[in-house]
Amino acid sequence: MSLQATTSQTVGPYFQIGLSRFYIDDLTGPGIFGDVIEIVGRVFDGDGQPVPDGVIEIWQADAAGKYVHPEFLQESENIQATDGQAEEQRRGQSAFRGFGRVSTQADGSFRFKTIKPGRVAAPDGTLQAPHIAVSVFARGLLRRLVTRIYFPDEESNVEDFALKLVEAGRRHTLIAKKLSDGRLEWNVVLQGAEETIFFEC
Amino acid sequence: MMQDMAKFRGYRRAEPGTQPNHLQPAYVSSIKRAPAKPLVYLPHTLSETTGPSFNSSAIDAKASDLTRQGQGEPLGERIIVSGRVLDEDSRSVALTLIEIWQANAAGRYRHNGDQHNAPLDPNFEGSGHTLTDEHGNFRFMTIRPGAYPWRNHYNAWRPAHIHFSVLGPAFATRLITQMYFPGDALLPFDPIFNCTGDEKARNRLISLFDWETTVCEQALGYRFDIVLSGRDSTPWEK
Repeated sequence: MSLQATTSQTVGPYFQIGLSRFYIDDLTGPGIFGDVIEIVGRVFDGDGQPVPDGVIEIWQADAAGKYVHPEFLQESENIQATDGQAEEQRRGQSAFRGFGRVSTQADGSFRFKTIKPGRVAAPDGTLQAPHIAVSVFARGLLRRLVTRIYFPDEESNVEDFALKLVEAGRRHTLIAKKLSDGRLEWNVVLQGAEETIFFEC
Repeated sequence: MMQDMAKFRGYRRAEPGTQPNHLQPAYVSSIKRAPAKPLVYLPHTLSETTGPSFNSSAIDAKASDLTRQGQGEPLGERIIVSGRVLDEDSRSVALTLIEIWQANAAGRYRHNGDQHNAPLDPNFEGSGHTLTDEHGNFRFMTIRPGAYPWRNHYNAWRPAHIHFSVLGPAFATRLITQMYFPGDALLPFDPIFNCTGDEKARNRLISLFDWETTVCEQALGYRFDIVLSGRDSTPWEK
């Protein structure tokens, strides 16, 4: 007889007290390999009102498509540097932790500075398009909402394992838009006509 | 990829009723925030079976004692909250980050948004964190939080609770929940506690008073085990 997972409860309005110690809005740093990107966005409720008390967490692979996690450890140990650049890349990637957490501001906004992730495998043997896994927590949400950020102008999006599960007319809610200043904009709409795709995870 | 995808295993999904539905009209804040469209079932990939971790260098060893964060002792009843983080197959979840936060003994959070006219306690911040040990065990010293009013409905009061955040071994196992206290008269009236349909699942959020961890002349012990999703027993089929 197996146990059952503990039931989820809302993060409530006062999470700042408990979660702010591990707020991480900049995943870049010295020796971290990859293209630096800035993602900005806002969270909206079903009335189009900003959500000023949300938490956004991100989890992503490094630029080479590797996760800093034991399931990748064995594989990483098998990687032999073939030249100086590969060695530099390998060392740089070890500094990348892949995890970010921020709260939304009064206007519902949030931002992360990170690197563009590489492609990681899907269980069907294909490669997924570059993406960032996202958890959204807020007062009013009894369970976290799970979604993903994909990248614009990314040819591999059309063959992506997860995007293919989503009706074509709503896929755009998962794909960031490129702003004129180079930043990426990706909003979260909790409810309504432009509701973001959320996954049962 | 060197990973053998034929052996790829995700994490198990919740049994019906054991997790809250997103929309809970009795919990007013959910009405405009719960998704209205069906969620899209996502088979787990490496993005979900991996997840963040912190090592001990990131942890403040003093942060598991919430009674030692001010100049003096916080007011209230000292308690020890301990337990084990395990998965649905009873396997220990070792070295995972647990973060907690709570109101003080008077039912007031140290947060600008909390305007309840109960006093703040200069000696109580109300937050702590720790890593589970190699057996999944954790232990916090704190004070028993007070109940407090909220504006969900007329004369609404939250039962005493401590918020728990657990990273777990993977993105798929991320959990935020609340721990309640046995015998709290407010539990039957709380729309957040009652949002989980399955009564047994709901009641597992109530900690157990525990003589084993009660320290003589120091603090009462409460036990709260946290169960995270277990691994699928069968590999992913193409």
